[in-house]
Amino acid sequence: MSVSVQTDDFDVRQLQRDLLAGANAEGAVATFTGYVRAENVARDVYSMELEHYPGMTEKSIRDILEQSCKRWPVMSASVVHRVGKLMPGEQIVWVGISSAHREASFAACEFAMDYLKTRAPFWKRELGPDGATWVEARASDSARAGRW
Amino acid sequence: MIKVLFFGRVRESLDCAEQAVPFTSGLDLDALQQALIEEGGPSWGDVLTEENMIRAINHEVVDGNPELAEGDEVAFFPPVTGG
Repeated sequence: MSVSVQTDDFDVRQLQRDLLAGANAEGAVATFTGYVRAENVARDVYSMELEHYPGMTEKSIRDILEQSCKRWPVMSASVVHRVGKLMPGEQIVWVGISSAHREASFAACEFAMDYLKTRAPFWKRELGPDGATWVEARASDSARAGRW
Repeated sequence: MIKVLFFGRVRESLDCAEQAVPFTSGLDLDALQQALIEEGGPSWGDVLTEENMIRAINHEVVDGNPELAEGDEVAFFPPVTGG
């Protein structure tokens, strides 16, 4: 299990190789990559600042991955989340889950993302034509996380 | 002492990222919040009593009003928006 909160960009091919390092029982890897969009709630986004709670962030993501390992036969799990200033088109987050079969990989990957969005202490502030605005939490994200 | 941290919109509204509050025997989370409001004034009251405010003790989100211990780290923050 690996969790990284970092300002630097990441290489998804390298992350997937690391996820599988030395293993050959895995039959399925599901990954998710999130990007900064150039528009949010019909507003242009020039850039985004991501703040987090050092210590609690890593712990909460590790808790989420441990829960996914209890619910599904996950072989390895990894999350990278960026913080600091990001531009539209840049990668924000990567989740990778390996398992013997696709069902567990797909489900655990979606679960980890849904829980991350509603439980991990990150806050986004967007800079657009009207200045800086804190992104509001969405009821749809809570509803998605509530399905599990 | 209790270390108190503020994040996101809460940190910006209070113009404060970190505070220290002396620990006294029997101090609970609501009493700590009240001490912060008495020190900071009415604007702190408006922010810290906002609906949906999340409170965490030692990196765990808490409901209710737990008692605190010397050296605890308490955080106040709005609903999270990562991912």
